[in-house]
Amino acid sequence: MTTAHESETTKMQVPVKPNSLADVAQVLRTPGTKAIGTGLETRGIHAWFGKHHALSNISLGFAAGTVTALIGPSGCGKSTFIRTINRMHEFIPGAAMAGEVLLDGKDVYAPGTDVTKIRLQIGMVFQKPNPFPSMTIGENVLSGLKLAQLKVDNKDDLMQECLERAGLWSEVKDRLGAHGGSLSGGQQQRLCIARALAVRPQVLLMDEPCSALDPGSTLRIEDTIRHLSETMTIIIVTHNMQQAARVSDYTAFFLSEGGPGQMIEVAPTSDIFSRPQDQRTENYVTGRFG
Amino acid sequence: MSNIDSAIPTKPWRASNRERLTDISIFLGAFISSYVFVALTPMKGKLAYFAVFFIAYALFTSIFKARQRGSAAAKDALVNSLVAIGAVVTVIPVFSILLTVLRKGLPGISFGLFTHDMALASPTDPLNNGGLLHAITGTLTLVAIALVLSVPIGILTALYLTEIKGSFKGPIRFLVQAMSGVPSIVAGLFILSAVLYPITKAYSGLMGALALTILMIPTIARTSEEVLNLIPNELREAGTALGGTQWRTVAMIVLPAAKSGLTTAIILGVARIAGETAPILLLTGGGDTVNPNAFNGPMGSLPYYIWKSFNAGSPEAITRAWAGLLVLIGLVLILFTSARLLGSRKAAK
Amino acid sequence: MSTQELQIPLPREITTEPRRSDKIFRGVVTIGGLSSLVLLGLIALFLGYRGFEVLRQEGIGFITHSDWSISTDDAGNVIDSHFGLAAMLVGTILCSLIAVVIALPISVFSALFLNFYAPEWLKKFLITVIDMMAAFPSILFGIWGFLVLMPSIEYWAKLLHRYLGFIPIFDMQVPVFTRSPFVAGVVLSIMIIPIITSVSREIFSQAPLDRIQAAYALGATRWAMIKAVVIPHGRSGVIGGAMLGLGRAMGETVAVFTVLNIVFQINWEMLLGAGGNVASLIILKFGDASPYEIKALMAAGLVLFLLTLLVNGLANLIVKTTGKSGR
Repeated sequence: MTTAHESETTKMQVPVKPNSLADVAQVLRTPGTKAIGTGLETRGIHAWFGKHHALSNISLGFAAGTVTALIGPSGCGKSTFIRTINRMHEFIPGAAMAGEVLLDGKDVYAPGTDVTKIRLQIGMVFQKPNPFPSMTIGENVLSGLKLAQLKVDNKDDLMQECLERAGLWSEVKDRLGAHGGSLSGGQQQRLCIARALAVRPQVLLMDEPCSALDPGSTLRIEDTIRHLSETMTIIIVTHNMQQAARVSDYTAFFLSEGGPGQMIEVAPTSDIFSRPQDQRTENYVTGRFG
Repeated sequence: MSNIDSAIPTKPWRASNRERLTDISIFLGAFISSYVFVALTPMKGKLAYFAVFFIAYALFTSIFKARQRGSAAAKDALVNSLVAIGAVVTVIPVFSILLTVLRKGLPGISFGLFTHDMALASPTDPLNNGGLLHAITGTLTLVAIALVLSVPIGILTALYLTEIKGSFKGPIRFLVQAMSGVPSIVAGLFILSAVLYPITKAYSGLMGALALTILMIPTIARTSEEVLNLIPNELREAGTALGGTQWRTVAMIVLPAAKSGLTTAIILGVARIAGETAPILLLTGGGDTVNPNAFNGPMGSLPYYIWKSFNAGSPEAITRAWAGLLVLIGLVLILFTSARLLGSRKAAK
Repeated sequence: MSTQELQIPLPREITTEPRRSDKIFRGVVTIGGLSSLVLLGLIALFLGYRGFEVLRQEGIGFITHSDWSISTDDAGNVIDSHFGLAAMLVGTILCSLIAVVIALPISVFSALFLNFYAPEWLKKFLITVIDMMAAFPSILFGIWGFLVLMPSIEYWAKLLHRYLGFIPIFDMQVPVFTRSPFVAGVVLSIMIIPIITSVSREIFSQAPLDRIQAAYALGATRWAMIKAVVIPHGRSGVIGGAMLGLGRAMGETVAVFTVLNIVFQINWEMLLGAGGNVASLIILKFGDASPYEIKALMAAGLVLFLLTLLVNGLANLIVKTTGKSGR
């Protein structure tokens, strides 16, 4: 990491809680600001696809600055759950939900909420790396600003900072003008992380971010996640129990037993893997099924 | 056991030399018998050779296979030759058309053709009088206006089908397809009845361009829809998850990602209308001089020039028509090839 | 289940208040999307409005009679007029049916060739050529058909007449072979082969691969496989493609006008040099038509529009439903 960057991070340690687009822009203008907020809570989340009840009664708290892993077999509603958090769930035709998602104590589903602003505060990284094909690496990083029409004075600093936090800067600093598609899969995924960081979200949702990557790239991204957790709240969906054990502070186990997906157990990660309370959790983490 | 190192990759399923030899001899046999047959019967002409050759070839192969492997194989061989004949018959007209246009059109092509209009010449004059400058400028003007009008409407229609996915999605897609079947003459009559008679009351390039717009919209809309459907949904989700509104996501991510495909759609639309004749005959008035003003006065165009020359009937006029066709088809082929190249470059990426 | 004694709540109503920019965007796109509906409606409306007077005057006779005459006095007032489309409609249907009958087998064979026989390079090349053919302007087909193709077709028509004249459709009273519906049909068939071929190719390529491989694994020859798997899968799609071609052939103007001798008399003898076509009628009569006759032409345009709309609508419906059920 460059010295300039380090001096900036030491200088700025006051967490700022963005409440409006103007606040977001204000945060962006100041390099190194932490936008950590007070955390996220879900209360009694249900989700439906048409008549199909996909997810039942999920209540979870995510303290600021923690990493929470959601584990469980396929089809148990983990991805659906994180998509209800940043309101991407409602894009699926026939989708419905119940319950509350509280970001800094305010319900993101409250009438009159600006959905766009919610998504600026809750970033997302997808399963498959999806850099925008028409943009260069640099443009990809800053694409969130352009999409949300936010102005910053020091774009280059922001770009460098985000790429550094995503652990990609040293690999791409000489070819910021190249197209995102020219990177390897792991690099593309880190580019997508950098892209999500550029609007300084308080929360970062990661939907199986490593499932399409090789083991080497996976380790790099896990490194990145640990660094990021110092400044933001992270929720990561993963199939890989070792990954959950490596990166997360808390782990929640989801399971669907024929009916809608439920949360079976949530505990500090070490407890889940060493002394699970529920028999089903134990069966899963010891590899007896799933 | 050291054979592994010396193994040579072979493709034993390929035709052996002997099989190829029989194929060639059947081919030659059919060829010779078609000659003999045409010589002995009252049939004549190139088409007769083709027809007899195909029938003989189909017969010979199936008889040969029947003797070799029985009736199932014979049927298979018969269909083999039938489908090949189908493909050949399909492409023969293309080559005949291209060759004819080249052979008959080239004598009419000269430098003067591209620098003069027909203001002081009639189609039956010697070839070095006049040219088709007015027709080229006219066609370009018509196409340009039609482009300006139809591209936004066509792409908006495609966006409605792929991005908004409104409640009329099914009916709209159906209507766009129905619209692509509207005969060009009907589009011409419509502009005549809806715009020319009640409003402008005079022939002009604009009237022709309006009719071409109607014909071009469905081509652009349908091709663009296909292109936009190929843009992965993850990109749209990523844009939205980054706090983009739908409008910003479409404008900044979806459309740029589809750029080359959309260009292909537009070029194909132009190729479709550049040679459209029927509405032009009804609406543009077909002038003989270069008219840069599409809103006033008759406007010439390549199809009109070809039509007029062809109907004038004298050898000079017919040569003019062929030369005009050569220029027109050159234009269409350039457009078509560039659309292909763009499309394939995108596919390679 | 120890934990679950839970009342499942009703789904929440999700209220999404889009930004104003998005509302404008959605509005503009929706308006653009409705353009095809508006345009098609306007076409029917205006042609109907202009042609109304003639349609009322002629009544059902407009499609059952085949006279087309108008006489005016020196002042230009209409004294007497008879407008009937019967001959033109019969001609339109005859020419386009000939075209489809010729084009359908050729197209199906070449679609089969492209999908199941041709090596990859040849397939690519042929698809390019066929697509290119679809982009050729119709005036080119017309002039090429008239100057190059017609002499050979006439010769074949004579052969058909001489050897197959006992079949009613190849019979004729007066041996005039030039500019017959048969010639127009052949030219049209060449124009619609690319359409039918590409629709059929598309449908055939959606034939389920597992069933194809299963047929081969049972020892089927290529033809046996096609007969057992591909044809049943693609049959109605091919019919839809043929109807698309039929619609295109019905609306064709310039190419038919160039090669066809237009006569206002119903003629079912396809080899005889006398035929009709609604679209060509419009071009033929437009040049020196009086205002009243223009109205008749508008009415003719309306009939043609509705006819092609019907055929195309049916065709698209058929193609669409096979496309779905095929998967």
